[in-house]
Amino acid sequence: MNGVKFFLIAIGIGLLILAFAHWLELDYFYFAGYTILQFIVLATAWNILGGYCGYVNFGSAAFFALGAYSSVFIHKTFPLPVPILMLIGAAVSGFVGFGMGYLTLRLRGAFFAIATLAMAVVLQTLVVNWDYVGGSRGAYIIRPETLDIAGFQINYIEYLFVLMLVLAVIALTTARTIERSQLGFGFATIRDDEMAAEASGVPTLRVKLIATTLSGAFMGMAGAPFPYYIGYLQPASAFGLEYAVNSIAMPMIGGTTSWIGPLVGSILLGSLQQIATVTISSAVNLLIVGLLLVAFVIIAPNGLVGLVQERLRARRKP
Amino acid sequence: MTEAMSALLHVDKISKRFGGFVALEGIDLEVKPGERLGLIGPNSSGKSTLVNCICGTLQNETGTVTFDGHVVDGLAAHQRTHRGLARSFQLPRPFHSMTLADNLRIPLLYTVRAREGMLHAHSDLGARCHELLDMVGLAKKAKQMPRDLTQVEMRKLELARAMAAEPKLLIADESMAGLSHSEIEDILALLAKLNERGITIILIEHIMSAVMSFSQRLAVLVSGRKVADGKPEDVVRDPEVVRAYLGQ
Amino acid sequence: MDISWDLVVNAIVAGLLLGVFYAAVTAGVSISFGMLDIVNIAHPAFIILGSYIAYFVNINYGVDPIVVSIVALPAFYALGAAVYQVYYVSFEKRGQESLRGLAFFFGLLFVTEVSLILVFGVDYRYVEAAYIGPSVHIGLIDLPLRMLVPCVVALAMFAMLQLFVTRTFLGRAIMAVSQDQLALQLMAADPIRIKRIAFAISIAATSIAGALLIVIQPIEPSVGRDYIGRIFAICVLGGLGSMPGALIAAMLLGVVESLTSTFYGPSWAPAVAFGFLLLTLAFRPAGLLGR
Repeated sequence: MNGVKFFLIAIGIGLLILAFAHWLELDYFYFAGYTILQFIVLATAWNILGGYCGYVNFGSAAFFALGAYSSVFIHKTFPLPVPILMLIGAAVSGFVGFGMGYLTLRLRGAFFAIATLAMAVVLQTLVVNWDYVGGSRGAYIIRPETLDIAGFQINYIEYLFVLMLVLAVIALTTARTIERSQLGFGFATIRDDEMAAEASGVPTLRVKLIATTLSGAFMGMAGAPFPYYIGYLQPASAFGLEYAVNSIAMPMIGGTTSWIGPLVGSILLGSLQQIATVTISSAVNLLIVGLLLVAFVIIAPNGLVGLVQERLRARRKP
Repeated sequence: MTEAMSALLHVDKISKRFGGFVALEGIDLEVKPGERLGLIGPNSSGKSTLVNCICGTLQNETGTVTFDGHVVDGLAAHQRTHRGLARSFQLPRPFHSMTLADNLRIPLLYTVRAREGMLHAHSDLGARCHELLDMVGLAKKAKQMPRDLTQVEMRKLELARAMAAEPKLLIADESMAGLSHSEIEDILALLAKLNERGITIILIEHIMSAVMSFSQRLAVLVSGRKVADGKPEDVVRDPEVVRAYLGQ
Repeated sequence: MDISWDLVVNAIVAGLLLGVFYAAVTAGVSISFGMLDIVNIAHPAFIILGSYIAYFVNINYGVDPIVVSIVALPAFYALGAAVYQVYYVSFEKRGQESLRGLAFFFGLLFVTEVSLILVFGVDYRYVEAAYIGPSVHIGLIDLPLRMLVPCVVALAMFAMLQLFVTRTFLGRAIMAVSQDQLALQLMAADPIRIKRIAFAISIAATSIAGALLIVIQPIEPSVGRDYIGRIFAICVLGGLGSMPGALIAAMLLGVVESLTSTFYGPSWAPAVAFGFLLLTLAFRPAGLLGR
């Protein structure tokens, strides 16, 4: 099944979900659904660099927050429609991803990972000290009630939901297409043995830069609508650890070798967290995510998808 | 000057240090097109470091590496591979998440295709992978994963992967360790056939019989320095070489 | 320019004292990362754990925090050995240490921090000891004892580790294993056991570092994260595996941080270390390439 077909089928599924949401007529569904879709994008984006190439990014929150803060900045200067903000978020975070990659990807994977942590803290410090976007006090963005477009009135939260749904579909399609392409092959060689990849003619730096830029761009796109979703953006929440840990835990628990893993991981963990936050507390919910991450990394390194694949392989053997 | 220019590979006084340890010092080496050069030396004499510096995996600190008339210092390893310099690794480094056939597809895609700029149909690539695997005797295992191979088979895969890049110069780094006598003969025959087609070969080995029978010229590295370079029969009788080997 | 030299000198001195403390914090990572090649980003989590243990015993039983940390050494040592064993069996043996090993340690860091939040909450905690409060005055220099005492203890610990690594058989075996595992095996020493001991020592060091931390400043669970940048910046700047190098780099970092904090405000302090780290990784990777 080629990329276009997949995209259309995914859009079709998206439309079904939207129809279901309409029928439910529950605002909460849109709110919760938005969060999960956002995680699908973040997890898929992380996995392009982490799962496919083997380079761990601990600074997902920073790329996400950059997208969010670009939106705040533009909102205060010259308000633009959200889809345009998403493109801008993609450009900003993609550029930062590229820049950081260029500076650090020549070094070992471990140094890159540490550099991403460093970058996240530096960016957070810069934002906290920048009053125009609210600094440590935060920024308010008032979410309009509805979106008026072409004579129709749409519930604004539904509008955001739809945007994130489309983004999720694009992200998944991109990941899947890459996976099956020569580029994806190149990614895998870097993950398997970078020195051998270079010796075989793979331009590893260039390939890694493509991965970091793409990964960063998607994370920025996911972050761009966030201020509108949440209404009050604070550095602590935008740069929050929950984004870093979830964007790593979801692909690793779901499975890093294919696009299905992050999807499965984010739906499962995302839903689990929604339930836990409401019933127990948000701190405990994060603890559960952390414990699951450690457990899965030790016991099931190929994630849930890997477990299923092993079961299928075992059953196939006579 | 003309002599130097006709060399395919010209290594000019290269040195490499790791912290305080001098791995290579002032190495001069020349390889003419179509030549069969043997490179020997005791363990830790710097052979692999030399290969790494020639191929770009490591950067030499002083001196110059010239390949095919161009200075390649500063070029990344993949760029050197594109120009026709291929090597196998002493400790095999297969792509462990791919089948054997796919392992060979990588250099075909990223070097051969990149060089030629043409689009080979996928079936062409598949046939070429199979052909290469057949040359090293691994055709039956094309769909298997590297983890299912023996050490010896992994070395053959290494060699096949280097060959897949269609190099002008192939550096075979200890491809024959652990092979049986007939397997060694097979690999030597393969390398000889490649050489007949015009591929220059540098053979790094500890198996003296193989090196002696194959090489037109022999160079010896001891503790980071080149101590001999000439006809195999002469080098082997060189007192310093004898001392270096017995002294170990 | 109207600079108060008083302020500058004190900032520098404070920076030096802080730097020595940073070196002690980093000593463990010099071993685990510099020599064993294990990227233990959870190192600060162990330090914070040490701080909270010191806090708990100090507040409830009145014992001096540094004494607590010394008593806790065997427990931390055992913890380190256990963590290494899991790490080795799950990742190092399978050659997966890059992606999964990092994720593992990140998970540990995260779980530790969140657990501490659940148990102790996010309020700042501090300890009580005789040397917290008074200062020694030498000319214009103010030496608060709560910085001086940890500095002295840190130097002692650092010196002991350095002697251990260079003078004892076990210590030299650790240095050897970082360079040539095969040679070590030929000497009939078990490299895995040596690595486990080394890692356990690096974690044991965090017990002491933790106590020193809570003496110097009040803590709360997320403080550990600020230290990740400092630790790795120092390790990288100072040259991996070189403890004397780490000491110099740590003092340099301490001084720069202190001056920044004094003249630009403390909210910029975390960025200093991380900024250093990024700049070093980007522009001075000499000695880091090719490993």
